[in-house]
Amino acid sequence: MRVSELAAKESPVTSPSDAAPQYVITAENLTKRYGDVTAVDGISFRVPAGEAFGLLGPNGAGKSTTMKMIGGVSQRTSGSLSIMGLDPEQHGPEVRAHLGVVPQQDNLDEELKVRDNLLVYGRYFGLPMSYLKPKADELLEFAQLTDKAKSKVDALSGGMKRRLTIARSLINEPRILLLDEPTTGLDPQARHILWDRLFRLKEQGVTLILTTHYMDEAEQLCDRLIVVDKGKIMAEGSPASLIREYSTREVLELRFGSERNASVGAELEGIGERLETLPDRVLIYAHDGEAALEQVTARGLRPVTSLVRRSSLEDVFLRLTGRSLVD
Amino acid sequence: MSVLTGNFNAGDHSVTEAARNRRFGPIYSRNVRAVVARGLMATKSSNWMVMVSGFFEPVLYLISMGVGLGAIVGSVQGPGGQEISYPAYIAPALLAVSAMNGAVYDSTWNVFFKMNFAKLYQGMLYTSLGPLDVAMGEIFLALLRGAMYATGFTAVMGVMGLITTPWAILMIPASVLIAFGFASFGMGITSFMKTFQQMDWINFVMLPMFLFSATFYPLSVYPQSIQWLIQAMPLWHGVELLRQISVGVFTPATAVHIGYYLVMIALGVLLTTSRLRKLFLK
Repeated sequence: MRVSELAAKESPVTSPSDAAPQYVITAENLTKRYGDVTAVDGISFRVPAGEAFGLLGPNGAGKSTTMKMIGGVSQRTSGSLSIMGLDPEQHGPEVRAHLGVVPQQDNLDEELKVRDNLLVYGRYFGLPMSYLKPKADELLEFAQLTDKAKSKVDALSGGMKRRLTIARSLINEPRILLLDEPTTGLDPQARHILWDRLFRLKEQGVTLILTTHYMDEAEQLCDRLIVVDKGKIMAEGSPASLIREYSTREVLELRFGSERNASVGAELEGIGERLETLPDRVLIYAHDGEAALEQVTARGLRPVTSLVRRSSLEDVFLRLTGRSLVD
Repeated sequence: MSVLTGNFNAGDHSVTEAARNRRFGPIYSRNVRAVVARGLMATKSSNWMVMVSGFFEPVLYLISMGVGLGAIVGSVQGPGGQEISYPAYIAPALLAVSAMNGAVYDSTWNVFFKMNFAKLYQGMLYTSLGPLDVAMGEIFLALLRGAMYATGFTAVMGVMGLITTPWAILMIPASVLIAFGFASFGMGITSFMKTFQQMDWINFVMLPMFLFSATFYPLSVYPQSIQWLIQAMPLWHGVELLRQISVGVFTPATAVHIGYYLVMIALGVLLTTSRLRKLFLK
């Protein structure tokens, strides 16, 4: 906790157990325009200390732009933003001293070795070597990269690079960790290791701000999330409450063959709470999927395949942001 | 200080510190040395060969042109009107060229790569570093390299018997001044470049400047209008400055040459910082 001591000189930290909710991030009417394009369109949210907060949305929804504004590397067009009580535009270096950033694409220093990446990055925060050396070793251990300490960065696999990027983001013991699609492009093993590491950080009280395309990831990691589309907040809440609010408990997936799917819609009217016809299948949103399936067969319909599953965040996401491709 | 109760206050500063930070607060964190340390570490592990080769370039020119051409040319008129050998005439000019080349290489190609491919600056600017720290650090590295080349080249001049006055030692700091001018400007200009083709324009400017800035023969061979054009270019001022120092002849023009570089440095740093701010804090 030596960094905390260093930081304490300039920032008296109130302990997380204090009664009043402490918001480490407060955004009000945050707006960002690039010329005619409005990337972020007046979003407001607050993140209490220690929360894992998710930003979900399709490509171009404004997630990364929001992250950049939080880090003070993008100037907002209007609205207000406060990170631990400071405006990141006015106090960029100070705000970032308490931030860890895992960008969408790894930007490790390829000219330096693995351990040196951590040391040099720590120097950028002005941290002393006496702190950095043991900290770097501890983080290599955390990222399961101890035996790669002296390797070159380009010799690492994708998962290792990602873990090193996360280890690097922790060198200053940040109170807020910004993760922009942390597991995109990783294999399932690597993803699960990362989730485990992120979960441990959350247990230590680090506030996590996460963007992701993976709904299972959001369900796993996020206490609360906002769904963003075209720069606006479409919904806000915990994964469970969003599923309750925007979907049903279960989903019945029926396939009648691509010719029949569209025409069978009328015959399914009235079953479940909501019906969605896709080119390849029909989705029936119902509290009880099995009961819905019985009703379907009772009407004399014989789907080629049927599947009853729990409703997921993905259903919420697709309902809120639509199914058409966004580029 | 935050007025919202219940928020963390990351920056409860004293009033004096706040005042000091006001002007450069968002772009500068007084941590240039971290950028320099990174550069040295990277040099140690990867690109020291490039550095060594940069040292030999002017030495090879000096040997081929100075010794080879010098045998035909004989002696020429130096800055104070005295007769000096042809190698002694072109050596300070080559030193100015090498200061320029080293600084420009570091601040253009190197920076271009780090900016657009290695994404190094994006990473740096997500830390406590501000754009001014990064710019000053990179420029300092270019100067360090320039100083090393200058020292080495001056030593070669000494060995070849081309140094006749103790003033010549001042060629080293003067080379750093020249390198500073080119590095600060080069980095600013590079920030406008988007493709490798555009980067070639830099060579397109550098090569004629190298050949025609009174490097190998006096300016007087040109018609008046061309002379003015060359005198407007930075390299000519560097060549003249070092040539004067090499023989220890100082005139009011010396001050003009130095002043030219001081202005160039100021404008270059201003340009670079504002560009970095635009590029990375947009």
